[in-house]
Amino acid sequence: MAKIRLATTWLDGCSGCHMSFLDIDELLIGLAEKVEILFGPLVDYKEFPEHADVTLVEGAVSNEADKKNIVMIRARSGILVSFGDCAITANVPGMRNRYPVGEVMKRAYVENADSVPAGNGGVRSEAAGVAFQTVPPLCQKARPVHEFVPVDVFLPGCPPPPEAITFLLTELLAGRIPDMTGRTRFGA
Amino acid sequence: MKQHPQKKVRTDLNPSRLLTFKIDERDVSAHEDESILTVARQNGISIPTLCHLDGLSERGACRLCIIEVKGVAKLLPSCVTFPRQDMEVITNSERVVTYRKKILELLFTERNHVCSVCVSNGHCELQNLAVELGVTHVRYPYLYPRHAVDASHSRFSIDHNRCVLCLRCVRVCDEIEGAHTWDIMGRGITSQVITDLNQPWGTSETCTGCGKCVQVCPTGALSEKGKSVAEMIKRRQFLPYLQMMRGRQDDSWQK
Amino acid sequence: MTLNSEDLHQIAKIEKDKQDGFQHRIHVCVAAGCLSCGSGVLMDALGKEVNRRGLDNWCQIKGVGCLGLCAEGPLISLATSGTYYQGVKVSDVSDILDALGGNPVGRLLCPADTAFFKRQVRIVTENCGRIDPERIEEYIAESGYESLYLALTQMTPPEVIEQVTRSGLRGRGGAGYPTGLKWTTVSKAISSTKFIICNADEGDPGAFMDRSVLESDPHRVIEGMAIAGYATGASQGYIYVRAEYPLAVKRVRLALAQAERLGVLGNNIFNTHFNFTIKVRLGAGAFVCGEETALIASIEGRMGRPRPRPPFPAEFGLWEHPTLINNVETFANVPPIIRKGGKWFAGIGTEKSKGTKVFALAGKIVNTGLIEIPMGTPLRDIVFAIGGGIPGGKGFKAVQTGGPSGGCIPEQFLDMPVDYDSLLQVGSIMGSGGMIVMDETSCMVDVAKFFMEFCMSESCGKCAPCRVGTRQIYDILCRITGNQSTPEDLAMLEDLCDLMKNTSLCGLGQSAPNPVLTTLKYFRDEYLSHIHDRTCLAGACKTVVEVS
Ligand SMILES: Cc1cc2nc3c(=O)[nH]c(=O)nc-3n(C[C@H](O)[C@H](O)[C@H](O)COP(=O)(O)O)c2cc1C
Ligand code: SF4
Repeated sequence: MAKIRLATTWLDGCSGCHMSFLDIDELLIGLAEKVEILFGPLVDYKEFPEHADVTLVEGAVSNEADKKNIVMIRARSGILVSFGDCAITANVPGMRNRYPVGEVMKRAYVENADSVPAGNGGVRSEAAGVAFQTVPPLCQKARPVHEFVPVDVFLPGCPPPPEAITFLLTELLAGRIPDMTGRTRFGA
Repeated sequence: MKQHPQKKVRTDLNPSRLLTFKIDERDVSAHEDESILTVARQNGISIPTLCHLDGLSERGACRLCIIEVKGVAKLLPSCVTFPRQDMEVITNSERVVTYRKKILELLFTERNHVCSVCVSNGHCELQNLAVELGVTHVRYPYLYPRHAVDASHSRFSIDHNRCVLCLRCVRVCDEIEGAHTWDIMGRGITSQVITDLNQPWGTSETCTGCGKCVQVCPTGALSEKGKSVAEMIKRRQFLPYLQMMRGRQDDSWQK
Repeated sequence: MTLNSEDLHQIAKIEKDKQDGFQHRIHVCVAAGCLSCGSGVLMDALGKEVNRRGLDNWCQIKGVGCLGLCAEGPLISLATSGTYYQGVKVSDVSDILDALGGNPVGRLLCPADTAFFKRQVRIVTENCGRIDPERIEEYIAESGYESLYLALTQMTPPEVIEQVTRSGLRGRGGAGYPTGLKWTTVSKAISSTKFIICNADEGDPGAFMDRSVLESDPHRVIEGMAIAGYATGASQGYIYVRAEYPLAVKRVRLALAQAERLGVLGNNIFNTHFNFTIKVRLGAGAFVCGEETALIASIEGRMGRPRPRPPFPAEFGLWEHPTLINNVETFANVPPIIRKGGKWFAGIGTEKSKGTKVFALAGKIVNTGLIEIPMGTPLRDIVFAIGGGIPGGKGFKAVQTGGPSGGCIPEQFLDMPVDYDSLLQVGSIMGSGGMIVMDETSCMVDVAKFFMEFCMSESCGKCAPCRVGTRQIYDILCRITGNQSTPEDLAMLEDLCDLMKNTSLCGLGQSAPNPVLTTLKYFRDEYLSHIHDRTCLAGACKTVVEVS
């Protein structure tokens, strides 16, 4: 039997969902025989594959890079799974949505910066905030994945419990689109 | 407190009529002044609700308890609809279930219910309804409004981001505690529950600190201080007891 | 003091004689529209000039209610010759007086033989523009309070209701509920206390029929309410009028005081056992307070929020007592029905919609103003014959009836008779009588957005579908007019409209989608071109450059 080609990826998330994925423990061993992991934080490939049968997306769409990537990921994925609350509701990344982007950036990279960059006379300023140049520009709001591209399966939870992830993968392996009703919940 | 005209004090001299009707094809019997919701629950048929709470007056506002009645085109809120002999009620048709889901989704978009960081995570009626109705995601755009948190009270706090405007707090405070500290301000999407004349809860002179509002709140909007994520479990046992001790009929009704 | 029919006739006779004593009578419109463009000053000037010329006994100057053609104000009419003058200024006063008895002043002449005046049938507004609304005697001179006398002394309550039922009168507040049926229900309710409420909240944007009636002929409404009180067994009435109508409030209060002084309100009216008094309650201008259960809550001093019905107010209304609630215009129709009989009324209009309807014409139309026409008048006649068509040679696009709860009717239905059922068939409603005409430069998506914004800010917020639904729909319409929408938005729009229609608690939420649904039905191409081509077919919406 041909292996299922699986990719996992994250946008604006905390990696907790991926941790939960690892928490399916010994099932991973069985899984390895049926699944080929093409891409993701758990493996070390640099490029998103041309085609993945199933892609798990963790995290909200939060900046311009996410916006571009999610379209590409959608195009190259058979079944796209919104993996966890951040992908489904914007969850924690969405908590910044109540404040203007400028304020968020200032708070994160200027006011809360640990050290003052050298050569700036000890003054914290926007110009000095490294992130203002290196981080892709934030969107006005962090938003759920399905507001940008069609999503096939939703797996809520923060993070989704290992049992729900197992169920999802088992169903997908059996060639069914899983019905997650009652197996997990927002914030689980 | 008003009595719903359909309701009455049952006594020997003023007995209530009994009747039989059908809920989801099942024959059930009821007093004429028992709402369809009550009778359904007596018979183990679950109808989702949010603003309804046994022991408080009915509002008929959350619209989650809508049902179909054969021969009636309109959907009716079961909490304020009363049975008639031989009426045929359907509580779980595809039509009503779909509408319930959509209403719930709208409620999720209205404010910032970030379940993962909520004191009531795991013990929340809104969250449970999503599971019950199979809402795994929300199709409408989230509004992400900016709402305040009032933590000025010494023992409780309110997070308006998590309020669904069921007004249980308003009703329990008025009807059971008799303080009427809570009320509602504004209209439409800008509605908000307030304490006294929209002043910080901690400065309220009417609040007795009894905490009933906190216990009846279906979500994590009202909580006890010192509770961290998922630690806030509401205790409602007091309601029927107080009801009984105060000799009130459990069928008062807010117009 | 109790009054009898003799007294009534006496008052009428004195008043008539007084009027006949004048060679000329000049009526100046002092309803809100004309007042706002200076008719008050004009009336003063006329009075002073007449006095200066020593013509006080020869020419009477009288302030009257709405003359109808509000857009051309200030309006005056010469009651003796039937001449109308429009756009009259203080500087015209001498010319007008000079011309009395001779040839009218040409430049001010308002053609009175046009369809605007000729096609109208005046029942509700029969006294509008003819009597001084601030004097009860003038109302009595026009057979005022005769119907009340007739009802109280020669008819039993069931007979009164019988006439109303036979007339086929339907509620003018929006839904067109049969008035006779409502009266019967309230009369059957068993209670020693019942109430009559007159709904003068008139919250629809662009509607001002009820205001005009109250400003021009308040006694007619009072009489209608008193008759309703007699018929249903109520002895207390309330007029719930919005505080933004100060002139209407003032005139109603004055009329009530006069009626009480004369004894047509109070105890033992016309020497019978019937007592009836009326109080005025002011609304704070919330649209939802026009909804009957919210209105009742507001009168009771609670927050104006609707509650689920049943129980209906007829059974369980104000302070839990059976309550009859009718619109201003509904009550205003009652005195003539009692006076002339239900059969007479039923002879006007169509099979299922009897009598006349007052409309407020507004928007892109030549004759903006108030009209009263028989039910069943074709829409085309209203817009083009009576309304004078579209100004500036522009093409007609649609008529919006029923305000935020109504719909937009496209050109293909122009020949439709205007009555309750036909309007319902095309997805709109009669509503309270606002009629807004749109020409080819109006973007229908934008129109839908306007009404949805209104409903969003007027939603009381009690039930979730309306509270959040209006906001979500409004957001979608903003995206569409701002050319930032996706094809999926259209499906979501329809989905939300359907949800609100079927699950909202009160009429506001249930009917709020109507403007969207009708424009989607009849002007879908405008939505599609916004979504797919990013252009506004009407050229009304400015293209918003997409900012991420
Ligand atoms: C949102 C809403 C607003 C309303 N506004 C008015 C109003 O301004 N004036 C009015 O007469 N009726 C209004 N109505 C209708 C009233 O609820 C009620 O049906 C009417 O006053 C009954 O009088 P009628 O039978 O004479 O029409 C409104 C209804 C709704 C749902
Ligand atoms: S439909 Fe709208 S106005 Fe009516 S009760 Fe619901 S929220 Fe209030």
